[in-house]
Amino acid sequence: MTSSPEPSITACKGRIHSIESFGTVDGPGIRLVIFFKGCPMRCLYCHNPDTWEIGQPYTLLSADEILAQYRKNEVFYEKGGITATGGEPLLQLDFLIDLFEKGHKEKIHTCLDTSGITFHKDHSDKYDRLLAATDLVLLDIKHVDDAIHQKLTGHSNKPVFDFLAYLDQKGKKVIIRHVVVPDWTDDSHYLRLLGQKIAHYRCVKGIDVLGYHTMGVEKYRQLGIDYPLSGAKNLSNEERQKARQCILQGFRSYRLNKKRAFCNIAL
Amino acid sequence: MRAEWQGFTEGVWNDEIDVRDFIQQNYTPYDGDDNFLTGPTAATEKLWSMVMDLNQKEREAGGVLDMDTKIISTITSHGPGYLDKDLEKIVGFQTDKPFKRSLQPYGGIRMAVKACEDNGYHVDDEVVEFFSKHRKTHNAGVFDVYTPEMRACRSSHIITGLPDAYGRGRIIGDYRRVALYGVDRLIEDKKEQYSSTRVIMYSDVIRQREELMEQIRALEELKELGQIYGFDISKPAKDTKEAIQWLYFGYLAAVKEQNGAAMSLGRTSTFLDIYAERDLALGRYSEQEIQEMVDHFIMKLRLIKFARTPEYNELFSGDPTWVTESIGGVGIDGRHMVSKMSFRYLHTLNNLGTAPEPNLTVLWSVHLPENFKRFCAKTSIESSSIQYENDDLMRVTHGDDYAIACCVSSMRIGKEMQFFGARANLAKCLLYAINGGIDEISKKQVGPKYRMITSEYLDYDEVMDRYNDMMKWLAQVYVNTLNIIHYMHDKYCYERVQMALHDKNVTRWFATGIAGLSVVADSLSAIKYAKVRVIRDENGIATDYEVEGDFPKFGNDDDRVDQIAHDIVHTFMKYIKGNHTYRGGIPTTSLLTITSNVVYGKATGNTPDGRKAGMPFAPGANPMHGRDTHGAVSSLASVAKMPFKDAQDGISNTFTIIPGALGKDDLYIGDIELECAECTGMANLMEGLDREEEKYESQ
Repeated sequence: MTSSPEPSITACKGRIHSIESFGTVDGPGIRLVIFFKGCPMRCLYCHNPDTWEIGQPYTLLSADEILAQYRKNEVFYEKGGITATGGEPLLQLDFLIDLFEKGHKEKIHTCLDTSGITFHKDHSDKYDRLLAATDLVLLDIKHVDDAIHQKLTGHSNKPVFDFLAYLDQKGKKVIIRHVVVPDWTDDSHYLRLLGQKIAHYRCVKGIDVLGYHTMGVEKYRQLGIDYPLSGAKNLSNEERQKARQCILQGFRSYRLNKKRAFCNIAL
Repeated sequence: MRAEWQGFTEGVWNDEIDVRDFIQQNYTPYDGDDNFLTGPTAATEKLWSMVMDLNQKEREAGGVLDMDTKIISTITSHGPGYLDKDLEKIVGFQTDKPFKRSLQPYGGIRMAVKACEDNGYHVDDEVVEFFSKHRKTHNAGVFDVYTPEMRACRSSHIITGLPDAYGRGRIIGDYRRVALYGVDRLIEDKKEQYSSTRVIMYSDVIRQREELMEQIRALEELKELGQIYGFDISKPAKDTKEAIQWLYFGYLAAVKEQNGAAMSLGRTSTFLDIYAERDLALGRYSEQEIQEMVDHFIMKLRLIKFARTPEYNELFSGDPTWVTESIGGVGIDGRHMVSKMSFRYLHTLNNLGTAPEPNLTVLWSVHLPENFKRFCAKTSIESSSIQYENDDLMRVTHGDDYAIACCVSSMRIGKEMQFFGARANLAKCLLYAINGGIDEISKKQVGPKYRMITSEYLDYDEVMDRYNDMMKWLAQVYVNTLNIIHYMHDKYCYERVQMALHDKNVTRWFATGIAGLSVVADSLSAIKYAKVRVIRDENGIATDYEVEGDFPKFGNDDDRVDQIAHDIVHTFMKYIKGNHTYRGGIPTTSLLTITSNVVYGKATGNTPDGRKAGMPFAPGANPMHGRDTHGAVSSLASVAKMPFKDAQDGISNTFTIIPGALGKDDLYIGDIELECAECTGMANLMEGLDREEEKYESQ
């Protein structure tokens, strides 16, 4: 008896919120950035609340249609590629796999911008397939402390760190993203702790600290949603740099200690 | 070989006037980075602070610090002028002191008088009388000949920005010839040209002989200009300092004689680098000294000023002189033409601070050296003052010794010139097509009395049918108006010294222009893909439009509308070409209203795309503001579809981006495995646009 073929997911289409043809901040080079519709998280500082609901309005697009748009202007993307963001791209995992696999076949650099929240380590088959076609992951860690994470997003951060461990095991390049919100996520203690924690994972190649901004406020107003962080200030660039240094301090101290410990044993 | 040329490689340039050959035989492509550059010297800083001080005073005085009201500007009209004679390495001002604007009435005495009056100065009565009674101007000539139809088109702004009352500009003298050959050799050459004209005196031969004699006279005056400042420029320049100075005298003579709409410099950096390389090797000058000369030269170019009216300044959103200098590019032998001097020129934006003039324009190619690309990107980010043009596209037509006049007009230096041609307002033309030639604002019959469209909803085929007829009419009036203008400009305001720095037989580009392209494309798209209801006044004239439903908009890489824009350019150009052009000019067109789009928008009523009366058009070939919703790549991709073959005078796209949106440079912790710097983002974008345009060209 022949083994059953891999389940076909090529026919599916993605629910796409929008496409940015000139993405420069979500991965290297110039990128075609696909904003997926739908997200299970409700981060207090989210600046894309219009991507939360998985339902309408959205545009149904196939991987081929998106790649056709990419190919049309591919000279721009030579040093860049495609980034899937959202929303939470992992919510439409089958479609995402299809997009990245087809992209990879054409040697397009693929980057996944995710919170990792949907990951479960016991059901990682599809993730194996996805990662095989993924070049870079931007993993957005909202908070290192689980209790605060829950307050901030409505979810535990356990799946996020599980996902990071899984990425590490797979040897995927990861850049950690962290949004710094004044009074919410700018505590230097937690920032250092975050640095120490991510330093466990060799796969982490970079840290992208994003400053909170109030540009999302207008979207909440248009959607008729109360703005949960009313009154919060924009993070200045200096504060952003400071926060980054905090994380780096934690990161370095962990790596350094580990190295020393290793040397001691060796001696 | 002449003593001044010692150390240069010989070539055709020794026997003929051929600057390109000199450059090709002698230049040194530079692949390195910007580390060799030096900062401003104390003298540079002192001079620049004097300039800033005068700038401040000029602003406080309401925009003009001083004006000539009696001395008519010629090449030799003024004594020497200085900021600080002892500190200036490169000297020369348009009048006897900096910031004093010269009086140039040959384009039109009324404009010259008005420019003075509006700034609180009064032109000497005798001068006014002389140029009203005894010496006709370009402006007076034009208005003697204009037809009523031309006047109506002019006053209703369907044809706009015509150079009929001021200097047309857009001619680039090959100022490098002054440095390489010295003026005597150039005069000798012109005399030979004069003696070898055809001998049967047809009117064109007569004109040519008279023009050549004027050119010789101008060159004699150019020598005198050198003497006024204590230099003998009859001989070739012998080192870098002289080369810059000689070249600048050539340019200075031009701006003393012509208040042109664009007085561009050419392509001088790699030419001058040959002298700099020789002097560096000989130890004659240090890098610091050469940079200082360049800084002082650029400083002079920043201080080129003309007497202009507030209306003129409004049209161009400021007081532009368009001292465009073209930098870089690639040679037809495949070597890139970036030299250390290309870096030094751009570095002035650092040493002197940012400025719109001279309009430093990088001839971008995918084959430029990586280090130079990065330096351009870095300087762009820091200064927002570099213009980019696609060398890979233009080199095919113009070779490797062309330069840009104004903002996009390309021409071989010393071999091609252009008749500058303002713009036809194609958005207004569309409204004329709907209203049977009646102007939507004045309600006068300006265009031909074709049938009006009377249906409640606009039908695409019907509109296109009428629009084609109206464009054909407009092209005819437009080209003939320009014929008059250029005839009169040649007759009464001839660019003697600039043409003296050209070959005997030049190619003349007959430039036209299009304003409002994206308004037209979106309007036609709305008519085709949505429903457009016409709102008419009591006389049945369409005055407003109601769009029902959505439609594809130019700037989103959507072929449905981009194709319409493409076809309009092609069709209008076809009609332009169907007309006789003055002096055998070769028709071209441009999509380049960089600033005047605001004024053109003001003069145009409601359009079927939903744009309200008076709202500015988008600049150049840009999509309408806010209608490109898919990001920069899609927006640029739409523009890149415009046919360069039809718009060979240039296609411009104004692009603004905050540096932060060009990428991040502080992502990585340790080993950087991926490039992700800001500069890479900028360079990548340029590269993409270039190649995109080529892709469409090759189709």
